[in-house]
Amino acid sequence: MRYTSRQMGEGAKVDMTPMIDMTFLLIAFFMVVVSFSEADQNERITLPLSELAKPPDAPLETPITLHLTDAGTVLIGAKEVDVVQLAKELSLERQLLQARGDESAQKATIIIRADRAAKTGEVQEVIEVCQKTGFDKFALRAKQESS
Amino acid sequence: MRVRNVQRRAGEEVELQMTPMIDVVFQLLTFFIFSFKIVSPEGDFNIKMPLAAPSEGRPDDNLLPPIKVRLTARSNGALTQIRFGNRSLGSGREAFDGLRQAVRDMVGDEPGPSVLESTEVELDCDYQLRYEYVVEAITAVSGYVDEGRVVKLIEKIKFAPPHRGPA
Repeated sequence: MRYTSRQMGEGAKVDMTPMIDMTFLLIAFFMVVVSFSEADQNERITLPLSELAKPPDAPLETPITLHLTDAGTVLIGAKEVDVVQLAKELSLERQLLQARGDESAQKATIIIRADRAAKTGEVQEVIEVCQKTGFDKFALRAKQESS
Repeated sequence: MRVRNVQRRAGEEVELQMTPMIDVVFQLLTFFIFSFKIVSPEGDFNIKMPLAAPSEGRPDDNLLPPIKVRLTARSNGALTQIRFGNRSLGSGREAFDGLRQAVRDMVGDEPGPSVLESTEVELDCDYQLRYEYVVEAITAVSGYVDEGRVVKLIEKIKFAPPHRGPA
């Protein structure tokens, strides 16, 4: 046809501007929304829900995250230990903090991310182990409930 | 010379190479799309629990004795009863509402900071109780949401030593 053949001959020029605009918008959106702070989360833990669990305004000082699974084991860092071995891991952690020389050992907060099906007694045992190691600030983590 | 060369080029129409830029832009786009994950926000309940021993040594005059909240459980972890002091609040949803109401009655509806600071709640739970009930109880005593506004109640919460209930 005449229309097509003429277009072909001319070397059609595509206007790229709107497409690039859109693409940059998309990139900006995903950059803002993406979060890399998943280091302290774990897929195996289903947190309990609470409508008052608001994200903290300021990040905690020297947080140590402990994950308590519904089977009663504790995940610290990449290791899975039971409550008895946890004492060893925690005292190691405390020695490291004390070796820094500042007050981070006193200020450290233990964040407990316990599964909603975990037993309360196990949570308390974990707290007890932490107390014996010398930590006394705790934060029980819960997922914000959309009300 | 170079300069002259550039000047001559400036006169020509500059052809902008779009292809590499679009390549990179699309790569960035796919990277961010793949690393995109919706994470619902998480929050903390702060609990200060120094080792229990010093409370026996020198009792603080300003401190009222803690309100005792007892949560009992069946062997499978289900909640059987909440007791607020000596009062039974039953189990299930309405028990937590009752607990919140009991705390509100105790500290008043718009409590001043001095009242809240001197009031402490001690949670006494059975060993096998499911943890989610504990968080629910903590939520009930630590505040409530009133028309989108969070009203804080008691912030001082501690646990009684583990309670080995009926196994």
